[in-house]
Amino acid sequence: MNPKESRRPFLGVSSWLLSSNTKHQANQVPSLTTERRPSLLRRIGLLAAGLFLPVLPALADYKFNFPEPATPLARDTLHMHNEFMLIITVLFVVVFAIMIYSMIKHRKSVGAQPAKFSGPTGKLQWFWVLVPFAILLFIDFILMGIPAFHAVIDMEDTQTKADMVLKVTGMQWKWQYEYPDSGIKYISTLTTPRDQIENKADKGENYLLEVDNPVVLPVGKKVRVVITSTDVIHTWWVPQFGVKRDAVPGFLRETWVKIDKPGIYRGQCAELCGKDHGFMPVVVQALAEPEYAAWVEKKKAEQAAAATSSDRAWTKDELMAQGAKVYNTVCAACHQPNGQGLPPAFPALAGSKVVNTPLLSADGKLLPDTHVFRVMNGKPGTAMQAFKNTLSDVDLAAVITFERNSFGNTQGDMIQPAQIKALR
Amino acid sequence: MNTATIAHDGHGHGDHHPSGIMRWLTTTNHKDIGTMYMTFSLLMFFLGGLMILLVRAELFQPGLQFLKPEFFNQLIGNHALIMIFGALMPAATGFANWQIPLMIGAPDMALPRLNNWGFWLLPPAATLLTLPFILEFFGVGDGALATGWTFYAPLSIQGGIGVDFAIFAVHILGISSIMGSINIIVTIFNMRAPGMTMMKLPLFVWGWLITAFLLVITLPVLAGAVTMLLMDRHFDTHFFIAAGGGDPILFQHLFWFFGHPEVYILLLPVWGLIPHVLSTFTRKPTYGYKAQVYSFIAIGVLSLVVWAHHFFTAGMPVPALLYFMYSTMSISLPLAVLFFCWVATMWRGAMTFETPMLFALGFIVLFGIAGLTGLVLADVAADAQYHHSYFVVAHFHYALFTGGIMGVMTGVYYWLPKWTGHMYSEKLGKLHFWLTVISFNLTFMPQFFLGLAGMPRRIPDYALQFAEFNAISTVGAFILGFSQLIFAWNIWKCIKGGEKAHAKVWEGAEGLEWELPSPPPHHSWEVQPKVA
Repeated sequence: MNPKESRRPFLGVSSWLLSSNTKHQANQVPSLTTERRPSLLRRIGLLAAGLFLPVLPALADYKFNFPEPATPLARDTLHMHNEFMLIITVLFVVVFAIMIYSMIKHRKSVGAQPAKFSGPTGKLQWFWVLVPFAILLFIDFILMGIPAFHAVIDMEDTQTKADMVLKVTGMQWKWQYEYPDSGIKYISTLTTPRDQIENKADKGENYLLEVDNPVVLPVGKKVRVVITSTDVIHTWWVPQFGVKRDAVPGFLRETWVKIDKPGIYRGQCAELCGKDHGFMPVVVQALAEPEYAAWVEKKKAEQAAAATSSDRAWTKDELMAQGAKVYNTVCAACHQPNGQGLPPAFPALAGSKVVNTPLLSADGKLLPDTHVFRVMNGKPGTAMQAFKNTLSDVDLAAVITFERNSFGNTQGDMIQPAQIKALR
Repeated sequence: MNTATIAHDGHGHGDHHPSGIMRWLTTTNHKDIGTMYMTFSLLMFFLGGLMILLVRAELFQPGLQFLKPEFFNQLIGNHALIMIFGALMPAATGFANWQIPLMIGAPDMALPRLNNWGFWLLPPAATLLTLPFILEFFGVGDGALATGWTFYAPLSIQGGIGVDFAIFAVHILGISSIMGSINIIVTIFNMRAPGMTMMKLPLFVWGWLITAFLLVITLPVLAGAVTMLLMDRHFDTHFFIAAGGGDPILFQHLFWFFGHPEVYILLLPVWGLIPHVLSTFTRKPTYGYKAQVYSFIAIGVLSLVVWAHHFFTAGMPVPALLYFMYSTMSISLPLAVLFFCWVATMWRGAMTFETPMLFALGFIVLFGIAGLTGLVLADVAADAQYHHSYFVVAHFHYALFTGGIMGVMTGVYYWLPKWTGHMYSEKLGKLHFWLTVISFNLTFMPQFFLGLAGMPRRIPDYALQFAEFNAISTVGAFILGFSQLIFAWNIWKCIKGGEKAHAKVWEGAEGLEWELPSPPPHHSWEVQPKVA
């Protein structure tokens, strides 16, 4: 065995130290990055890396503890983690030291004679047998148990003094964010270009941790985060917030965050949710109160504009252009950019039976199992979701029109946003 | 333990047995069946290892290099199923078959035909599990199970035919394990040598007895859960579909009601054999025999009531969170008793460090890390950070590779001379040990840090800040994987020949199995020994 190696996970021990991370600071808005003192922890980490991994360059990138906490919960968790690591390191070192001593002293080659005992004899020995047991009881249920109790109560208290609610909906493979107070609702998807993932282009700084529409939250407010899913189980996780909660389809789960300071915080889906599980990041942009209020107003105005635009008549070219955009962000992960899909799990749209069904009945009603029906209502038990819940009238009309007139499909027809609105 | 009678030799029973392949297909001999289990286990170990080396190769650098995400997901889940059901459980059953009759003074297992059937269910099950990989190659279906080994609904309801194949494979594996367990329970209760009371039973046999009970209790629950899944997939039931009134989390409860005891199913046989090895190479009696037996029982019982700590992040009422947190922490108490007894057995012994002893000591140290990190994982609030991350991956590989696989290796080196009648190469054994231990730590220690830094499990590609540790881990994994070829080579050499092994292979060995010649006669104990 290699004792030095074995002890390495516990280097992150020092309960008085909270900061250890470099990368995440780099991810924050530059103007907000303030003092950056190399912490003792990091120096120990570097020293350890220098001792045990002398051949590896770029030591600055090795991290041995949680990223810098950004919420009270995360700070608590890091505190507790450091304390626990200290405890278990001591336990490990003590037991291991006894073993090493015994292995050196009680070996046959140095002439040790085996003792005959097979259990404690006499009161003194019983005492020494029971002492470790008592210590462990104390560690389990007092030293670790009591802080853990308070942390659990705190973590689960999502409602007391909550300032606002954010609803998070996981879906294969993107997140939808909804602000019930202001009616804002939008989808957030990965923006890392395919070329970077396939190693055809250099990877950017925030490779796989960048999205088109980050979720925006105010700092210093207790945000009750309500989480659900439309298809399979996902997990919403931002390491710097110290919270992780599963998104269970058909149920609401909740947690809370209260972000200390403005910045960009990045995380990922943490529950295996199918093909693109590794490609659905969570990006949170925390803004100071006034900027947040301005953002809410701007977003509301945008949504109002979008709502009125569904009442006007769109030209086919407009719908095709908008449809291509929607298709590439929402549909292409499964049906592929060329519409060929990945059968049998994800069917092709090119020449698809469903796509090439009549648009609506003669009197403008929705027909079952048609193209419009499938896009709006999804197909239960598959990754095909009911997109009427997540896409706007314009986007639905656009993407349906686009699919009917692309990939070799030549229906030639189109559907207006107003028609979609009437079908809801 | 002393015996009053030594069995006479067992010549003259082999001549009316079929030879060649029919010998193995029809055998009811516990040693033949034990050998088949061990061989199967070794093959599966390499198959599961090959799968994960593909995964590690993909994870060597950020970006998608070799594997599509769909295929990546198939490999991780099947790696786990093959390692657990194909490598570890059959290895433990192989030990049980070989050793229990030898150690309790029985001529064979109590139910020999059942024993044969139990083994021969394994190859079809393994075939079912891996067939979808091949079918996909020929354009049928979309590959093997891609949900991870946990089958979580509704992802598994969405999945392709791989899920159905895996469900039936699990059914067959479950039947095989239940039959094996019943056989072991019946053998232990009915076929002990006269004088061998329950409290004189070797610890290995005690460990297996608890294991067998856990298997009989929990496997039907797993079988039920995957059957419900099958129903949801094909017969429009809604056990796990919220839209129809079901609950996806119900599946997790059912799965982990099996899944948590499963951890101890994999570990208890090893915890049973470690004291034998320690006692042999310290030349000193096992410390705290009774304490260890009671700890086995306590761990067995506790393992049945802590399952929900596997999904703390799924959301539970606060009282449930607290209950599962404290009950999980309490497992550390009987486990600490075991560690105490192991170290106390070493204390003031006269140690030598042959390969089995090295593996046993490596097991204690590294499994200690698994136990200690398990203690912090029990904390619900901290678990919110560890869960679904590489921290957990590192933790359970410390538990199942060092606790399970290295434990099995301990047993193989310890008993191989007894089984083959030859000594293995001590030099190769030691080389194998050091390469395994060093590369194991190189592989999994960085994964603790990856988890702390925020890398989720089961992702085929990762952000740039995780690159360095992943590269180290992959290098470690390849060394670890290829080092196991030394193990296979050493076993092969030992079967083929080598220095003759005495009946009592090790100077300090105690127990009935060392009173039979090496290799033991066909009907191990034709006359049962009397235990004083």
